[in-house]
Amino acid sequence: MTDNTATEAEMEGTPATTSKADYKKITVDGLWNNNPGLVQLLGLCPLMAVTTNFINGLGLGLATILTLIVSSTVISAVRNYISAEIRLPVFVLIIASVVTAIELLMHAFFFQLYHILGIFIPLIVTNCIIIGRAEAFAAKNTPSKAFWDALMMGIGFSLVLLTLGGIREILANGTLFDQANLMFGESAKGLTIHLVNDYKGFLLAALPPGAFIGLGFLLAIKNWIDAKQAQKNKMRVVQAASQETTAKA
Amino acid sequence: MNKELLKNISKPAIILALFGFVGVLLLSIVNQQTLARIADNERAAMMKLLMEVVDEGSHDNDLLNDKITLPANDFNSSEAVTVYRARKQGQPSAAIFVTNTLKGYNGSIQIVVGVRIDNTLSGVRVVKHKETPGLGDRMETRKSSWILGFNNTSLHQPELSQWAVKKDNGYFDQFTGATITPRAIVGAVRDVLIWTNDKDNLASVFTQKPSLEADQGTSHD
Repeated sequence: MTDNTATEAEMEGTPATTSKADYKKITVDGLWNNNPGLVQLLGLCPLMAVTTNFINGLGLGLATILTLIVSSTVISAVRNYISAEIRLPVFVLIIASVVTAIELLMHAFFFQLYHILGIFIPLIVTNCIIIGRAEAFAAKNTPSKAFWDALMMGIGFSLVLLTLGGIREILANGTLFDQANLMFGESAKGLTIHLVNDYKGFLLAALPPGAFIGLGFLLAIKNWIDAKQAQKNKMRVVQAASQETTAKA
Repeated sequence: MNKELLKNISKPAIILALFGFVGVLLLSIVNQQTLARIADNERAAMMKLLMEVVDEGSHDNDLLNDKITLPANDFNSSEAVTVYRARKQGQPSAAIFVTNTLKGYNGSIQIVVGVRIDNTLSGVRVVKHKETPGLGDRMETRKSSWILGFNNTSLHQPELSQWAVKKDNGYFDQFTGATITPRAIVGAVRDVLIWTNDKDNLASVFTQKPSLEADQGTSHD
């Protein structure tokens, strides 16, 4: 608790200029450097189970973003009233209440999608991303920062859901945005894109192994890009250093 | 000292209880607000399903509230069988059986079977299943029209001995790569027809008192 208050004071005491940099760091962390799906590897159970197509990914993504935002903001707002001993039960209480409320609302307003996502909506409670952000970030930062962090982490997670869902749908069915009507009403039926006519289907992509393989490739691509970037940066540093030495000479 | 300890324990406890209370309050409000809509959704979904397996214009009663429950064993079902009774101007026109089979590839398959009063099928649909996507799911109408092949069949057309998939020398197609799922469905539909053809079972369905428990959803109203 004492540690928390110390960091808090530091954070709130920082001048406005670094605050902007803070937000930028939160954004980059959530979307890329510390992406929940690709780096923290949290919430993999729903990530892999639900992403058989794009729309399922979108549904779970939006529900997760909403849960993250509400729970993180609330937790951050009440952080000074919660002592360390009851911290976790209070977090769980808040998260569980938020998820149950979202579940009821989805059941009422997105009935068919609710039935497709099924058990994975209530299971958002156990998604480690949410308690992870509550404990690692929201409990130590101001509500506005916690809100931004939750939004960015949520979007980062959703981007992985959408990419994996899209790839698996294309490979398995040869379509994209199939069943969009479940989310956006009957008029969205026309959104479905048939990329290949008379596609026979690549079953593996829709089955669980397809999720593991797909996620593996996404991880590999991310690491490859990071490695490439690091190499470039190193080159630049070396170049700058050599230029400096030549200038001195 | 003791007083201090008591305070240290009771303060977090009170805060925790407070959060619990707020959570309960929030959820009961949301529950109140969505209850009717969710019940409506459930009813509408069930109604839509039932309408798919009965002939259009064949009933004018409140289907969802005119139902009975029959023992699972009579139908080789894994759960008790619910029967919705369609009547037109008080006259029985069709019965819709909701049955479950465990003979599929993965877990239970729930199907609805519409049987006209003359013992022919008005339609069959799969409600719930966990069959392999892409292989065993071709009994869904949005994937293939296979399940429409049951329309207008009966125990005489084809003969009872032909109530099997082609691989088992029967009348019904299987899907390429998946025999177990169609075999399970054909078997479950056949079991319903065998029961309705037995004695005057089908007629007796319409004379039983409706089960008291209202349909899922209405009980909340």
